[in-house]
Amino acid sequence: TVKVTMLSATAAVRGVARRSALLSTARNASTLVVAEHADGKLGASTLNVVTAAKALGGDVAVLVAGSGAKGVAAEAAKVDGVTTVLAAEDAAYDHALAESMTNLISELQGSKSFSHIFLAATNEGKNIAPRLSAKLDVSPLSEILEVLGEDTFKRPMYAGNAIATVKSNDPVKIATVRTTAFDKAATEGGSGAVEDVSGPGDAGLTKWISDEVAKSDRPDLASAEIVVAGGRGMKNGENFQMLYDLADTLGGAAVGASRAAVDAGYVPNELQIGQTGKVIAPNLYIGVGISGAIQHLAGMKDSKTIVSINKDPEAPIAQVSDIF
Amino acid sequence: MRVMVAVKRVVDYAVKIRLTPDKTNVELKNVKMSMNPFCENALEEAVRLKEKKIASEIVAVSIGPKQAQETLRSALAMGADRAILITTDMRTDNEIQPLTIAKILQKTAQEVKPDLILMGKQSIDGDNCLTGPMLGGLLGWPQGTFASKIEVDWANKTIEVERETDSGTQVLSMKLPSVVTADLRLNEPRYATLPNIMKAKKKNPSMSKMLAV
Repeated sequence: TVKVTMLSATAAVRGVARRSALLSTARNASTLVVAEHADGKLGASTLNVVTAAKALGGDVAVLVAGSGAKGVAAEAAKVDGVTTVLAAEDAAYDHALAESMTNLISELQGSKSFSHIFLAATNEGKNIAPRLSAKLDVSPLSEILEVLGEDTFKRPMYAGNAIATVKSNDPVKIATVRTTAFDKAATEGGSGAVEDVSGPGDAGLTKWISDEVAKSDRPDLASAEIVVAGGRGMKNGENFQMLYDLADTLGGAAVGASRAAVDAGYVPNELQIGQTGKVIAPNLYIGVGISGAIQHLAGMKDSKTIVSINKDPEAPIAQVSDIF
Repeated sequence: MRVMVAVKRVVDYAVKIRLTPDKTNVELKNVKMSMNPFCENALEEAVRLKEKKIASEIVAVSIGPKQAQETLRSALAMGADRAILITTDMRTDNEIQPLTIAKILQKTAQEVKPDLILMGKQSIDGDNCLTGPMLGGLLGWPQGTFASKIEVDWANKTIEVERETDSGTQVLSMKLPSVVTADLRLNEPRYATLPNIMKAKKKNPSMSKMLAV
């Protein structure tokens, strides 16, 4: 079970310190990080989750599942702080389908008894972690921001306007990790041992039909250092070209959007920044034609520098902007 | 086809939350409460399935205080056929755990026997984003989370779900019964008409007290 032990308001707080300090007390932890990967490469989000795992002290194992797992496992083994990499090379785990991944991880948990299982708080991680937790009969922790101890974490509620300190007494702590709250682990310096593992395979309930992935040379929105975002004030999708041009001029920035812009069809859904979209914390955020609804602020208020371009002096985003 | 829709009464999305005077929790006294926005999308989708003559019955379920009856009356006014409220005095934003909610919904599903369970992807108070996929895990049913489009093939007892991913969209085909969680882009929820609101005022959700799970 999980209990909220403390709550605090964050209305005035900007800038979440990047947590990567090692806990001195938790040497007994043994954490499994469920990796994300695509096109034969380890997902960037996995590096942030490894840092969160390292904060617990103890061993850090990384699971790579699906076709090409062995190749990605070799890359994961070099990540600083990784002790072991479990490679489940089996097409049954392609597309990270929740049902098959849950069965694989719970079988591994049966034989390896991890104390913690961490996933990135991405749509992929948020799809798997809860199903896995239900199967193991434990209460998962969503979007942890800070590791305070083996059993104590901080997480956001109410669109990040309240921060809860939560304590779990479950035998295994399963959590999704907010990647912007933890630095990326270095991709070199590790010498993890790769171990081949197998599991129950396809759960047989769900069939993958297709994926539509936007191909872009731009940096990933969730981890870019500079983000240019557009809102309803952009008026239409064609005007977003101005933002793409600005992003190029700035030297390869990512482009994002408010929910209003996505709902209006100006840009596709994966650009959405917000409480239930992507949470970002770049060095520089430039918002254009974005009013700053509570739900949007939740997704970007931890940016180091916030610049807003908006005709409305009363726009809520002015309150969190460094330059308006 | 019977559809079960789980809806939650939460602090309205436009409210700026404050802490209680003793600063131990979020203040809920005299705060505007509404149906969680994503739950509205789930309910709207169920009503559309009924209008397409695919669904024959919609059962709305909520876990919360007695005041959640109002939320369920809104669900009835929007088009649900019957409503079930499981009452609890525990706070549903941060006291009662999502796993407990999922277990209550599992028990309810075992009685209601739906072919499809629809719910919001996340509630905007706790922001846990857990209950739907946990329920899928407890029931052993396939899950389609963050759904932006669904299509039911009742003859073959399958459902095709287009869901939002971190890099675009994905289409999955799942066997019914399934659990699907809704995102805002699934549909645009209707406003209940005044006659339907008046009719719903006379209906009482069947209520039962939450037992230990």
